[in-house]
Amino acid sequence: MQCDQLSPLLAGVVDGSAVMDLRSSEHVASCLRCQAELAQYRRLLRSLRHLRDEPVAVPADLLASIGARLDRYGTPRGGPWGRRVAYAGALAATAAGAAGAIAIVATRSRRLRLAS
Amino acid sequence: MADLVAAAANGDRQAFDEVVKATYADTYALALRLTANEEDARDVVQEAYLRAYRGLKRFRGDAAFTTWLYRITANCASTQLGRRNRHRHEDLDPEVLDVRDQRPDNDPQARAEAALLRGRVSEALQALPPRLRAVVILRDVYDLPHEAIAAELGITEAAAKVRLHRARLRLRAQLFPTRGEREDDAHAV
Repeated sequence: MQCDQLSPLLAGVVDGSAVMDLRSSEHVASCLRCQAELAQYRRLLRSLRHLRDEPVAVPADLLASIGARLDRYGTPRGGPWGRRVAYAGALAATAAGAAGAIAIVATRSRRLRLAS
Repeated sequence: MADLVAAAANGDRQAFDEVVKATYADTYALALRLTANEEDARDVVQEAYLRAYRGLKRFRGDAAFTTWLYRITANCASTQLGRRNRHRHEDLDPEVLDVRDQRPDNDPQARAEAALLRGRVSEALQALPPRLRAVVILRDVYDLPHEAIAAELGITEAAAKVRLHRARLRLRAQLFPTRGEREDDAHAV
């Protein structure tokens, strides 16, 4: 068994996603190079797992910008009540628009009657 | 958190604002790690919360809310990176992931070594191609299952596993180069 053959497998062995057969296990047990490589993968994985807890500098205005984006494309602040107000507003606007359209049609038909 | 999420799912925007307040720093950290670009990370986070708010009714609660949010963030980052690759060259900022360990530790030397290694790991992650970086971050840093990673990145589970394997090989080679690998690097320069 050559170390180079086994080396790619060690990247998966470290978290159990790859399994070594008996021959490979025996090789690693007696090979300092492969043991060192496996230890390096363990250190790498440990460091990667700790990265999640590392603080990252968050832009000061990020929270406000998320809120603004939600306001623009999501539901405005105010929850269900806000939505009810918006719904009522939309109904009122529709009713006003319909009334306006009826008035225009009525005016036009009166003009047509006068012209004829 | 569960109560806030439930209230937000029923349209309570104030509750969702509280959810955002509690989670946005972690979400930004993930977005920054995936994109390695502050501007992209900001866009990804905004888009992720918008999608989360719109899709809250579909959140079944069988996973942690943050895991669900991470999946959305990963999906948004994948879209953003695809868009960026189509429109402009990747501009990695070497300072962007300069993070410091602020946790106390009884062994200053071990703490210093671990912090040093984490710093090098951060740099090595940034040097990875984005498609390898995304998989190793989602699997090894955020512990997402292969199935979820594949779904959010739009690849097969087998491809996710291959990418993870390649990413680990590259990271190890860069962080702990053997004599042969060091000589290869020297010849490459």
